[in-house]
Amino acid sequence: MIRVVIPAHLRTLAKVEGEVKLEVAPPITQRSILDALEEQYPVLRGTIRDHGTLQRRAFLRFYVCEEDWSLEPPDTPLPEPIASGKEPFLIIGAIAGG
Amino acid sequence: MSKVRVLVGTKKGAFILTADGKRDKWDVSGPFFAGWEMYHLKGSPADPDRIYASQTSGWFGQIIQRSSDGGKTWETPGGEKIPQPGEFPSGQSNKFVYDTSSATGKPLTTHQFYDGTQHPWEFKRVWHLEPSLTDPDTVYAGVEDAALFRSTNGGATWHELSGLRGHGTGPQWSPGAGGLGLHTIILDPSDPKRMYIAISAAGAFRTDDGGATWKPINRGLRSQYIPDPNAEVGHCVHHVAMSPKRPGTLFMQKHWDVLRSDDAGDNWHEVSGDLPTDFGFVIDVHAHQPETIYVVPIKSDSEHFVPEGKLRVYRSRKGGNEWEPLAKGLPQSNCYVNVLRDAMSVDTLDPCGVYFGTTGGQVYGSADGGDSWTAIVRDLPAVYSVEAQALP
Repeated sequence: MIRVVIPAHLRTLAKVEGEVKLEVAPPITQRSILDALEEQYPVLRGTIRDHGTLQRRAFLRFYVCEEDWSLEPPDTPLPEPIASGKEPFLIIGAIAGG
Repeated sequence: MSKVRVLVGTKKGAFILTADGKRDKWDVSGPFFAGWEMYHLKGSPADPDRIYASQTSGWFGQIIQRSSDGGKTWETPGGEKIPQPGEFPSGQSNKFVYDTSSATGKPLTTHQFYDGTQHPWEFKRVWHLEPSLTDPDTVYAGVEDAALFRSTNGGATWHELSGLRGHGTGPQWSPGAGGLGLHTIILDPSDPKRMYIAISAAGAFRTDDGGATWKPINRGLRSQYIPDPNAEVGHCVHHVAMSPKRPGTLFMQKHWDVLRSDDAGDNWHEVSGDLPTDFGFVIDVHAHQPETIYVVPIKSDSEHFVPEGKLRVYRSRKGGNEWEPLAKGLPQSNCYVNVLRDAMSVDTLDPCGVYFGTTGGQVYGSADGGDSWTAIVRDLPAVYSVEAQALP
């Protein structure tokens, strides 16, 4: 199972608590995880990626094993700890204000 | 006995205020969608328990919410599972895609930006939702960057009425300080094919054929802050109101100036009269007296709060020019709030109820046409929108 952590507002919107667990067919990539996430929770379509371009929304970042993967190509295979479920794929909202 | 429901959109959630026909004791429910910007909520005239809401966020974009039980429960129309190949397409209620098809006759790709250059149209949010007068599943959305969309399936999917952006002046539209927003939609109860909209900062527009073709209706508007003060478009119209009892007579609060038109917007003339300042955002019309109108004068250009620290609604019973301050029950010292363009509404009871919300989080109500006011609730987040519904 792939583990995904989404921002609190999106957990409310999707009516989930804590981490989201997804069945994702290999290869495990940012795109395949987000596709599976949106398939399981259609209300999240358009909130993480643009509907048309599938570009990441500007104020969201994707973290993998404590590294920022936001600018990596979406089809790059993710590290083994993500693929095996040892580590979660993090979707994080940028912090605004002071 | 009749009841009243007031739908309040704020910077951090939505609230629903309810009272019986006396309108002296109120229940406050909410917050709904806590933490999200709620630009606008409005109920269907054809089914008052059908309510549409625009939920938005700088992080997560646009969400459309819908209630079919008067706001007790909500759903995201079109939020169903993604269909398998061959299955009927699912709705996507937060998908607002500008029409670039050849059917429009021309590419509708850019508008004027702050610096005078051309800039691509980019969807940001829904500012205003206007349900059909007759069909609970049909609703219009005014969006930023300015365009008009329509849904005929309860908000599940949206399609642009691209004749508005494509009628010819679109490339001259430029954003106001708050963005290039289509914020006003008025449906004419006497003519289902006639509709009015207004955009900051482009002006007012009208269709007489159900949204296929549009024309600017800004003759008589004069704006000192634009290169040609009498231009066909480019005026920062803040809000327009019309009494359903007198379609064709429109009242406008422009960036500066209060105006009226008695010929469906073809010609406007100023009726600011003896107002202390003719800058403001809201304007509304009494439910039963088409010549009784309300504004809240605001100090500007830079302050954007009420003059002299006094919150006063101004009422004209003569369709403008002669105004009286209404202050009973409103703070008359140390008050520095604004009242935003969609944050005033009237109910249809008798006497007419008038409601408005402030950027300080107060929602005030009057059950006597504005003669006296009480704070229904005082400490909400900044109020973006107020819509009143009279219920049987």
